[in-house]
Amino acid sequence: MMNADYVLVIVGMGLVTYIPRWFPLFMLTRRQLPRWFIEWLDFIPAAILSALVLPYLVTAGEPRHLDFCRSELIVAIPTLAFALKTRSLAGTVLVGMVLFWLVGFMF
Amino acid sequence: MKTFELVKDFKTAMMSPVTGEQKIKWAPIIKDGVMAAWPICLGYLAIGLAFGVIAEKAGLHPIEIGFMSVVVFAGSAQFIGVSMLGAEAGIIPIVVTTFMVNLRHVLMSSSLAVHLKGVNRGWLSLFAYGVTDESFAVNLTRFRDSDWDWRRALVLNHTANIAWILSTVAGGFGGQFIPAGAFGIDYALIGMFLCLLVFQLQGLLYAIVAVIAGVFAVIFALLLPGNSYIIIASIGAATIGVFLRRSKYFKGEERAG
Repeated sequence: MMNADYVLVIVGMGLVTYIPRWFPLFMLTRRQLPRWFIEWLDFIPAAILSALVLPYLVTAGEPRHLDFCRSELIVAIPTLAFALKTRSLAGTVLVGMVLFWLVGFMF
Repeated sequence: MKTFELVKDFKTAMMSPVTGEQKIKWAPIIKDGVMAAWPICLGYLAIGLAFGVIAEKAGLHPIEIGFMSVVVFAGSAQFIGVSMLGAEAGIIPIVVTTFMVNLRHVLMSSSLAVHLKGVNRGWLSLFAYGVTDESFAVNLTRFRDSDWDWRRALVLNHTANIAWILSTVAGGFGGQFIPAGAFGIDYALIGMFLCLLVFQLQGLLYAIVAVIAGVFAVIFALLLPGNSYIIIASIGAATIGVFLRRSKYFKGEERAG
C-alpha cells in the first residue's frame, strides 16, 4: 500500500498543479476586465500553441540544441499544410499519425 | 454559499423535468464533450502508457500511479515527479519543480476565463481541475463556435482525465507489451496542436504573434533548462501583439474574440 511520504508528495504536487489552474478562473470570471487585458488574452492561445510546438519540432537533446533533421519536423510540414488546406482536426491528426508512422519505417 | 450554488445548479440540471422551463439535456452535452475529446484521448493513451511503464520501473505500484494521475493530472509534471522520486529527491524540490512546470496553466485559465463568465464557482473549481495544455487548446477553439458551452467543456475535461488515468494505470500493469510508436500514435497530440494553431490564426496579426512566440520559445528553450520558455515566449509575444494592434499599421484589424 501507499506510504505516508508518497501520499504527502502527491498531495503537494496536486495542490501546486491545481492552484495555477484555479486561481485565474476564480478571480477573472466575476469582474469586468480592462480592454487591453482582453486584447492581450486574445493573443495567448496562438502564442502558447506556437510556443508549445515549435521547440518540440526543432530542438533535441539535454541540454537542448537546434536540430532541423528530426522526423517530427519533417512530418509537421505536410501535416501543417493539410491543416491549412482542409481545416479538419480529425483529418490532420490522422494524417500526422500515418506520416509519422511511415517515416518511422524509413529512418 | 459555494456549496449551495453548486447544489442549486445541480438540482436545476437534474430535476429539470419538474420545472420544465430551464431543462438541460445532458445526453447531447455528454455526447458532444466526449466526441470532441477523441484526439486528446488518443494522445493520452500513448503518453499515459509510456508514463505507466516508466513509473512502474521507478518502483510505483499501479495503485500509486492511479492515485498520482487522479490527484495531479499533469503529464509533464508527473514524468518529472517520477524521475525525481526515483532519484530520492525531497518533497520540497519535487513540489517546487511541479509548481514551476505547471505555472503556464495560469495563462490558459486566464484565457478560458473570458468564456466562463457567470458560471458558478463550484463548477469553476471542478473545471479548473481539468485544465491541461490539450483541453485548453480544444476548448478554447470550440468556445468560438456557437455550439460550445461550459458544460460541454467540462465533459471534455473529464473525458480526457479518465483517458489519462486509465492509460497510466494500464501502462503500470503491463504497458511494455504494447509496441512503442504503433500507428504513429505518438504524433496525435502534435498533429492536434498544429491544427488548433491553424484555427487560432484569424488574421495577419495572430500569425505574426504566433511566429514571434515560436521564435522566442526556441531561443529560450536553448538558453534555459525546464519549460519556462513557454510562459516567457507567450507573454512576450502577446504583449508585442497588443502594441502592434494599437500601432497605426493594424488599426483596422478585427479582434476575433
